[in-house]
Amino acid sequence: MNTRDVVLEHVSIRFGNYRAVENAHLSIRGGEFFSFLGPSGCGKTTLLRCISGFVQPSEGRVLIGGKDMRNVGPNKRPTALIFQNLALFPLLSVAENIAFPLEVRGVGRKERRKRADELLEMIALPGTGDKKVHELSGGQRQRVAIARALAAEPDILLLDEPLSALDLKLRQHMRTELRAIQQRVGLTFIYITHDQGEALTMSDQVAVMNAGVVEQVGDPQTIYNRPKTPFVASFVGETNAIPGAVMNQQGALVTLDTALGPLTGQSAGGRDYQAGERCTLFVRPEQLALADAPPATNAIAARRVNEEFEGSIRTLFLNANGVDLRLYRMNADASGPALAADGTASIWFRPEHATVLPADPSRSG
Amino acid sequence: MTRGLGGGLFAFSYALLFFLFLFGPLIIMVITAFNSSAFPRVVPWECFTTDWFGVLVRNERLMSGLWTSLAIGVAVVAIAVPFGLAGALALADIGPRLRAGLYAVLITPILIPGVVLGISTIVFWSFVGRGVGASYDTVFYNGFFLTLLGQVAFIASYAMLVLNARLQRFDPTLTEAALDLGATPGQAFRRILLPFMKPALGSAAFITFLASFENYNTTVFTILSGNTFTTALASKVRLGTDPSLSALAVIIIAVTLIGAMVSEAHTRRQELLRSGKAGQSRFYANPLSRLLTHPGAVLVLLLGVTGFIAWSASRVDANVCRAAILQEKQQLQERLMQEQRNRIQQQAPAQPATPSPSNNPSPFGGAFNPNSLAPPVQPAPPAAPPPSNNPSPFGGAFNPNSLAPKQ
Repeated sequence: MNTRDVVLEHVSIRFGNYRAVENAHLSIRGGEFFSFLGPSGCGKTTLLRCISGFVQPSEGRVLIGGKDMRNVGPNKRPTALIFQNLALFPLLSVAENIAFPLEVRGVGRKERRKRADELLEMIALPGTGDKKVHELSGGQRQRVAIARALAAEPDILLLDEPLSALDLKLRQHMRTELRAIQQRVGLTFIYITHDQGEALTMSDQVAVMNAGVVEQVGDPQTIYNRPKTPFVASFVGETNAIPGAVMNQQGALVTLDTALGPLTGQSAGGRDYQAGERCTLFVRPEQLALADAPPATNAIAARRVNEEFEGSIRTLFLNANGVDLRLYRMNADASGPALAADGTASIWFRPEHATVLPADPSRSG
Repeated sequence: MTRGLGGGLFAFSYALLFFLFLFGPLIIMVITAFNSSAFPRVVPWECFTTDWFGVLVRNERLMSGLWTSLAIGVAVVAIAVPFGLAGALALADIGPRLRAGLYAVLITPILIPGVVLGISTIVFWSFVGRGVGASYDTVFYNGFFLTLLGQVAFIASYAMLVLNARLQRFDPTLTEAALDLGATPGQAFRRILLPFMKPALGSAAFITFLASFENYNTTVFTILSGNTFTTALASKVRLGTDPSLSALAVIIIAVTLIGAMVSEAHTRRQELLRSGKAGQSRFYANPLSRLLTHPGAVLVLLLGVTGFIAWSASRVDANVCRAAILQEKQQLQERLMQEQRNRIQQQAPAQPATPSPSNNPSPFGGAFNPNSLAPPVQPAPPAAPPPSNNPSPFGGAFNPNSLAPKQ
């Protein structure tokens, strides 16, 4: 077993009557970039604090490198946490901050300074060692926090939404940088975010969490293309949800009776449906396309409501028999099929691009 | 702003009155310290003298009280600041529901009158002392320890308040980060929390020391038969005041001013160094002025100036002046008595001659001479009590015979 593996065995965390995390059961392979994605309050930070040792699981156990971490304090675990607010020590210089993990281990002053300078070199901030933390910019502090965590020589680096305070450009830059650092040092990165863009671009594996429950674990493409639950389908990326009832199923393809007529999509995970079961069909806006001639399957007659220009794409807001739909058109496709002069259009999608999931009564809205 | 206050004149006179109210007594006190008059006063000015400082230093009771106060102050700081820190830390870590209750408990000693604390301290510890059968030379009856306990009981709350204010600005994730990076809780406390608390610890130490040093109403009970500076001072004032107390005030004011100036120099220097603007300041361009703005140099300079002034003032010999004043007074007294004698002779020729003038050169010109208030035309009292052979300073007022019912 790799020392950088993390295994959560049926972990539940409760605060009084409040269930923050419910039966999280997953394993993270050593050297992976693993993200927990979910809205705020879904328990992902609690789970991270549980892995780093600040919170004890009420049930289940956390294994790091195959060792049970029960009753092992945060300072004894091979983890380093990068806090949301970074938690750099304001009274220490940049070099002292980075060398702090070495200092508490009793490494000599010269050796500490040498290591701090190496790490500053690595994060492309050479010569800033004697500055105070408040003299650095947001992105520089970010990198200092990473260097400080790496100085602890952890097996697992935990990151709690470290990019949320940065502006868009810097955030995009730091995404690439984080990924590059991760591949260079080969550590397990466990990353917490509510930003699906971050999760999808950086991660090897993503766990989508909702209300304390891990709803789906998979690589970014599976999460995006093959959501297992209605929550995952609607939280990760934009999607159109069309409710209906099952008419029939042929292999993996399920046909629903909807307000827009019969529509066919792929059954999530090859699940078998019974006729008449309430279901929802999810189809991504970029999978919807305008059609020249009415296609054989999944044809929808829709009316234009609004249109937004977003640079590379144009969003069409459509309405089809009371159901709101969203359609992305690449601007480069301007020569393709267009709306009719009266604003009506015929649109369609491929059955394998749509996902049919059982209707979730709790989020039918 | 001055217009809003009704014009410059009003604002100016208000400010003047305000500062007079604040500093007037201090200024007058400082002046009286250098007047040779045996009673602290500014007018009539007699002679410039520094003798009252000598009188002050020679006051055994006051000086031993000063050392006791300093020792108690240091001990109170050493106990109250850690206690206050512990209280503040407990407040920060406890749940919100318990916090209000704990806060009330920790703050109560400040709200209890010092007199009550003082009395309850001696009552409680003598009770404990009796309980364990301790004799009177044990700590239970030792003024120093009882004062220490009585003062720490409420001064620790002051320290707690000061430290709590700073602690509320501490980001607890810093401690978590330190733990996460492998520090033990002790290391995280010493390396991260304590440096953050350092300015507040300094203020807390200062405030607790002052609170202990100037405390009277608790100490006056707990010190038992001993004396601190404040209790010695209070008993001295009760027995009658002289300008040596003003001299003491001068010393305290000088120490405070020098301390404040050095502290200000230190703060400004730190600020300049921290903001990195030291290079732009003209004081830092010149090595001499750079050295002179160092708080240590400021201290040496101020001490030097004060020492020089004290030395040159002490060289002024007031004896000649004082002898002249004495002679002047005696002449004045002589003249007044002569006038009085003349007056009495005019009004009542039959009156026997007044007693010969006292050889005590009273600075009040004999105004308090008991005879001078005697009704001029009164026959001699028929049955005066037999004169006691004890020369009582109270004129025999406490002679038991004087209260005997007259037959």
